[in-house]
Amino acid sequence: MSRKTMPPKIQDELLHDHNHDGVDRRGFLKCMAWAGTGAFCVIRGGVLHSYSLSRFAELSPKEMAGELSFAQISDSHMGFNKAANPDVAATLKAAVDKINGLTVAPEFLLHTGDISHLSKPEEFDTVDQILKSAKPQDVFYVPGEHDVLNDDGKQFLERYGKGSKGSGWYSFDKKGVHFIGLVNVMNLKAGGLGTLGHEQLEWLEDDVKHLKHSTPLVVFAHIPLWSVYPEWGWGTEDSAQALSYLKKFGSVTVLNGHIHQTMQKVEGNVTFHTATSTAFPQPQPGKADSPGPMKVPAEQLKSVLGITDVNVVKGQQALAVVDSNLE
Amino acid sequence: MRRSVSLAVFIAVAILGIGALGAGARNSSVAAQQKAETTEVKIDNFSFGPATLTVSVGTTVTWTNRDDIPHTVVSADDPKIFKSKVLDTDEKFSFTFTRAGTYPYFCSIHPKMTGKVIVQ
Repeated sequence: MSRKTMPPKIQDELLHDHNHDGVDRRGFLKCMAWAGTGAFCVIRGGVLHSYSLSRFAELSPKEMAGELSFAQISDSHMGFNKAANPDVAATLKAAVDKINGLTVAPEFLLHTGDISHLSKPEEFDTVDQILKSAKPQDVFYVPGEHDVLNDDGKQFLERYGKGSKGSGWYSFDKKGVHFIGLVNVMNLKAGGLGTLGHEQLEWLEDDVKHLKHSTPLVVFAHIPLWSVYPEWGWGTEDSAQALSYLKKFGSVTVLNGHIHQTMQKVEGNVTFHTATSTAFPQPQPGKADSPGPMKVPAEQLKSVLGITDVNVVKGQQALAVVDSNLE
Repeated sequence: MRRSVSLAVFIAVAILGIGALGAGARNSSVAAQQKAETTEVKIDNFSFGPATLTVSVGTTVTWTNRDDIPHTVVSADDPKIFKSKVLDTDEKFSFTFTRAGTYPYFCSIHPKMTGKVIVQ
């Protein structure tokens, strides 16, 4: 396994071989590979390692060991049935199978939104049913814009928002790591980006106020909390203010979905990851007229399925995220 | 007599000609206005087409989503003047504009998608 250490300076749009499918940035541009499924994350020695589940079979016990591990899945879009992927239930099941195939089961799942495609009850039901077969039984959700259609998120809150604040934000602690789920898909304004809003920002400031600076933070929300491509709405208006509250922390990892492809950016103490979709890929920023679903040949769609696992490693001053290449 | 007839014919022709010209101008004006009163807005490739639509008071505008991703049509005014349910592929939403004014709107799922209806 080779390890890419975190660059010390701010870098824009690092596109690593984050899917561990042998596709580097150049390759990504060339074949527009798409990795659905998810990520296995393990926190080890204060460092969050992220592995695509597409090649989980190659993970050694050592690589999977850490204080805490969880898996991120995103953008299931249950109900979508167009050419880009006529069977999104099957690809979600494939993600669950990969998670269940891990020799060390992640402690829980994070779903970073767009569970459903049209906020229909049966779409949520189907996802719930599929995720019941996952070994990790705890699933932490944040809504995507497709989950709060027509009812301002009422149904989402009823199903997934128990104990949350406002439109569904919350935090929890697992083995010394502080997790914060944020909602940035409500009350979107014409011409604007994702938005957190005043009430949620105030809550966030208060939520982290009493934490030790050495506490590793994992923040997750649907729309990226960094400007991936504002022209397509891939960013959050007031994310800078949210991140300003996290500056004092040595180790901050931000996990997002929404853009249906993996990207990574390191900025100071914060590492940003976006996850792939379990449903269908979207084009790279500006590489198409619009961010509509990208159609890839069926055999490629299947072959590029992967899962992101996150492994949080504790023990270092600064929390760092390391992209782990399985080769 | 012959002369007066000629004159009468000339005048008649002239009047007809002017009349025809006038009618022609009126017809083209009506045609232009009808074109501007197109009541269909198509949603294609994450955009509203036409992005700006000018109609007369009382016109019903119908939006059709032709993308394979759902969209909405939501008034950008506060309070909102119209708001569609989510429109899946090929679904439509209609709204009748009964008062003159400019009505900006957007897709609440993809807020970068904006358009406006000008009602005269």
